[in-house]
Amino acid sequence: MTSIGLAQIAIVLIAVVVAAIPLGGYIARVLAGERTLLSPALSPVERAFYRLAGVDPAREQSWLSYTMAMLAFSVVGFASLYALQRLQAYLPLNPQGFGGVPADLAFNTSMSFVTNTNWQNYSGESTMSHLTQMLGLTVHNFVSAATGLAMAFALVRGLSRAESPTIGNFWVDLTRSTLYVLLPISIVVALALVALGVPQTLQASIDATTLEGAKQTIAIGPMASQEAIKELGTNGGGFFNANSSHPFESPNALSNMLEIWALLVIPFATAFAFGRAVLDFRQGRAIAITMMIVLVAGVLVAYWAEAGGNALLTAIGVDPSPGNMEGKEVRFGPAMSALFAAATTGTSCGAVNAMHDSFMPLGGLVPLFNMLMGSIAPGGVGAGLYGFLVLAIIAVFVAGLMVGRTPEYLGKKIEAREMKLAMLAVLIYPLSVLGFTAVSVMLETGLASLNNAGPHGLSEILYAFASATDNNGSAFAGLTGNTLWYNTTLGAAMLLGRFAFVIPVLAIAGSFAAKKKVAASVGTFPTHGPLFIGLLIGVIVILYLLQYFPAIALGPIVEHFALLAGKTF
Amino acid sequence: MSHKVAAPGLFDAGIIRRAAIDAFKKLDPRRLARNPVIFVTEIVSAVVTAFFVRDLLAQNGVASFSGQIAAWLWFTVLFANFAEAVAEGRGKAQADALRRTRSDTHAKRLVDPQNRSRMKDVYEGVSALDLRLGDVVLVEAGDLIPGDGEVIEGVASVNESAITGESAPVIREAGGDRSAVTGGTTVLSDWITVKITAAPGSTFIDRMIALVEGAQRQKTPNEIALSILLSGLTIIFLIVCVTLWPLAIYSGATLSITVLIALLICLIPTTIGGLLSAIGIAGMDRLIRFNVIATSGRAVEAAGDVDTLLLDKTGTITFGDRMADEFVPIDGVSERAFVEAALLASLADETPEGRSIVALAKNVLGFSTPNLGADAKIVPFSAHTRISGVDLPGRTLRKGAVDAVAANVRSVPVDFERAVERISRAGGTPLAVSENGRLLGVIHLKDIIKPDIKSRFAALRAMGIKTVMVTGDNPITAAAIAGEAGVDDFIAQAKPEDKLSYIRREQQGGRLIAMCGDGTNDAPALAQADVGVAMQTGTQAAREAGNMVDLDSDPTKLIEIVAIGKQLLMTRGSLTTFSIANDVAKYFAIIPALFVVAYPELEALNVMKLASPQSAILSAVIFNALIIIALIPLALRGVPYRPVGAAALLRRNLLIYGLGGLIAPFIGIKIIDLAVSAIHLA
Repeated sequence: MTSIGLAQIAIVLIAVVVAAIPLGGYIARVLAGERTLLSPALSPVERAFYRLAGVDPAREQSWLSYTMAMLAFSVVGFASLYALQRLQAYLPLNPQGFGGVPADLAFNTSMSFVTNTNWQNYSGESTMSHLTQMLGLTVHNFVSAATGLAMAFALVRGLSRAESPTIGNFWVDLTRSTLYVLLPISIVVALALVALGVPQTLQASIDATTLEGAKQTIAIGPMASQEAIKELGTNGGGFFNANSSHPFESPNALSNMLEIWALLVIPFATAFAFGRAVLDFRQGRAIAITMMIVLVAGVLVAYWAEAGGNALLTAIGVDPSPGNMEGKEVRFGPAMSALFAAATTGTSCGAVNAMHDSFMPLGGLVPLFNMLMGSIAPGGVGAGLYGFLVLAIIAVFVAGLMVGRTPEYLGKKIEAREMKLAMLAVLIYPLSVLGFTAVSVMLETGLASLNNAGPHGLSEILYAFASATDNNGSAFAGLTGNTLWYNTTLGAAMLLGRFAFVIPVLAIAGSFAAKKKVAASVGTFPTHGPLFIGLLIGVIVILYLLQYFPAIALGPIVEHFALLAGKTF
Repeated sequence: MSHKVAAPGLFDAGIIRRAAIDAFKKLDPRRLARNPVIFVTEIVSAVVTAFFVRDLLAQNGVASFSGQIAAWLWFTVLFANFAEAVAEGRGKAQADALRRTRSDTHAKRLVDPQNRSRMKDVYEGVSALDLRLGDVVLVEAGDLIPGDGEVIEGVASVNESAITGESAPVIREAGGDRSAVTGGTTVLSDWITVKITAAPGSTFIDRMIALVEGAQRQKTPNEIALSILLSGLTIIFLIVCVTLWPLAIYSGATLSITVLIALLICLIPTTIGGLLSAIGIAGMDRLIRFNVIATSGRAVEAAGDVDTLLLDKTGTITFGDRMADEFVPIDGVSERAFVEAALLASLADETPEGRSIVALAKNVLGFSTPNLGADAKIVPFSAHTRISGVDLPGRTLRKGAVDAVAANVRSVPVDFERAVERISRAGGTPLAVSENGRLLGVIHLKDIIKPDIKSRFAALRAMGIKTVMVTGDNPITAAAIAGEAGVDDFIAQAKPEDKLSYIRREQQGGRLIAMCGDGTNDAPALAQADVGVAMQTGTQAAREAGNMVDLDSDPTKLIEIVAIGKQLLMTRGSLTTFSIANDVAKYFAIIPALFVVAYPELEALNVMKLASPQSAILSAVIFNALIIIALIPLALRGVPYRPVGAAALLRRNLLIYGLGGLIAPFIGIKIIDLAVSAIHLA
């Protein structure tokens, strides 16, 4: 670890916080339906949308109608994306003449984009037609993120309102999130990326003559705009397979820092927006600080593991001072690769600027554990906040008992119903991640996709299901995902991770909204101070360590000790 | 206070013996199903026992190991049952004593209660169990009152020690706020006729028996929420253990079902699962031994949540009667002369005010008791004149309400009026003294705040509880007393409906209210309050309306009731934290043990340096079982509550039960491992 590396990490994170606080205020205003700076320009567009869709923006929904609207939207999104892929051979804008996408891959891809996962079991340039890319995938980059933000605010409204039968209007939240939050910031970030040298053109490719005189076709396209929403919407699906390690997607150190900033800024801003929405800035700040501590801890472990180099290579005389550079870009180095890895898995982005598969065992454990924790530090757009709040509810329940009161969070009593729903949501993760991993390692077809044996192979499967369940989309690589088994099970894991988790969350929102607000007193334990932050970190680490310790012990941990002992698999 | 029903000690030998037997009876799966964590433990104990039998028959060399695991799993279940049985046992001992007061009661039922003239004579002897609602019974000196009811005629002194433990008799009379009698109590003198208001089986004593026995025990809301959390964790760890099997096969290790079950039992929250119902029963029991009967566990939990405490001024904050505090002579009268006159005027006055004047004159100002002499003529206090006094030869001493005394004097000096005004403004009652038609001065009577009450309010404030004083006094008086006693708010000139509307208003603001009351006009407010404590001396209506009855009729006990409620929740929370934190150490014991053959490198995780894989697993299981036994005293006594504010409490409990829960098992498992390997159990 070098002081320059640490300084780089610090600069990016400080820039995130500096931008996230005002952005949080803005997001809170947008989702409260208030006028903002952009209202003069955007509200005619917004109203036109409502008129077109026949939505009355003033009419709020109960949690059940809200959920139904969200599900209906997702089902339609899924079905249309599936149809688009299957039928692309008969549809226009297919210059390469690609055939229909096979059923299992189309299922996986549709699920992947509807759930904001962006897991890609295919190569974009050789599978998807332009129409599919533009009408299907790009649209979902925006709306799946907006859906996440909408659901998070449904829960926030549940906490901030008292004795209310409704939690907002899904269509309004979706529209405003896209129009006022994601689109404008995407445009700004896209232009900044263009300024830093990322191509943005409708031209398909450039024919170049290399120094040797050979002809080369270099693919380009509207990359900067794609790149911006890839990070901002915590989507992660890159223009190229190499993702942000490709020199066009991220040409230099500055563009790399901007991209890390872009993938962290909205999730952190959402935490601050939460504080504004519940009229107590400190509540949002406590959550943002907790997220930051968990994130930084991961970054430091990964950086430490990567900067130390590979003991096996050191033993045969390789200089360890540049760190473990396998699978890393020289223009980024271990510090920025570690930060990117932790940030992309701490959010549910999944973009990469280095090969996580090539990280040291403990370096690779960081992105894996980040996802096993459900990507809550700081989490995907919206998804991070609601995932985090579920954990906060469980933490507050246990802590609340310890101070001798019926536990309450922001004045809302946590009773049997909320506990049942929170546990239901929390159960989904181990069920999906451990369940699918266990079945996969027992099946011939599951093991056939592995490129590595031993603990590393187990890490690859575990990583894939963690990534899918978590709606992250980052791949450890080393696992051939485009098989019937993995297309289907990974798709199912994405489905569970998104909807089986969020339906109980929305039910909690409804249940909280209907409750009275309990007045706070000295006897109420404060949920904004260092004690609460410490408690949250303790609960998060212990809860997830207990769930996944056996699995990670058999994966990265044993690999680490084996490597120290000079053993490979 | 002498308790007739002596509270048994925490580990009374008789209770322990009975609990040990009950622990086996409770193995019945139908009863255990109420407790998911222990139910799962029982099922897997049976499974491991089956494997033990198989190992024994197959003689594969692991029978000793699986036998020991099976035994300790059964111990885990038995220890949990034992904890519950001990908690119940203490209540049962009390219930038996109470039941004896009920079983052999005979009632004298009036044949014709309408006929008032000769109703005392005509009655029939029936068993108390045959009494119906509305029956009227005669209870004479020496008789047990056969059931709960209302005195409709007569006055009697009643010994209520059977339920209150208080041996001093109380007066029960028809009409007013002291008309309620309780079955099982004894009339000491005189006679009363009682209209029965509770059917046999639902009397106060019956309810008390059911409560102390825990027979009617239903899970409280908070306990249900916690059970859900524990069940959820159990399911999560089931998933972890079931999926570990294929992961182990992939890793080249074959795990036996026995060790997977051992891991499961170590991970699921058996500690809190095993102690949860004992904590609930013990909480109720603490309240009962504190002489408060709660009608439901829900009320006890609500007590922990109380934000606002409504307290009557008289009898709770101040002593029931006003007392002399100061003698203020008017100009031209020496203090000595005035005090002497006041003393003489009060000597024969047996009212508390009169006695307090004598006491002040004697104790504070050093007067000795003068002799009134034979020819003194005492003028007793009458509500009509509002004056009392004494006529001595040549001296006519009068003492009483200012306006009444002033009406009979020649002139009212300005400094007298000034003194009266000053006393009134300070919330006191001025009492005028005159001699031969001339005013001598004013006695300042004031409410005397109970000596320790101010510090108790400070403690409540530290707990985050607001205290509100309710008084019939005018706002000026109320404010003065409120300031002196240190309450946060007061309701002056309070009518019964004011209490009710105050409670409603506070509840609207999201606060939980506790109050106590005894009169029938308190009943609506008692019913509306989240925690309504009725006094045992109160009316039947009040007792029905509240959700707790205080047998000692001591309103200040609300403070302890709140603490008991908080303690109940804190004990649950702390043991849950402890139970979950324990799991970390168990992983470090078991995971390396499970996989050390497949991956010898994992020996690095064996930070406790446990002797062998088998002893590591066995030690973790033994620790897991023994910790339940070790924590029974804490579960029954409760985690101590200190009124220091939520943040400080949480910090303290997190340190003890969170951090302690992380560290303790590392030490405990290591010690057990040393013992296990020393005597070659594994």
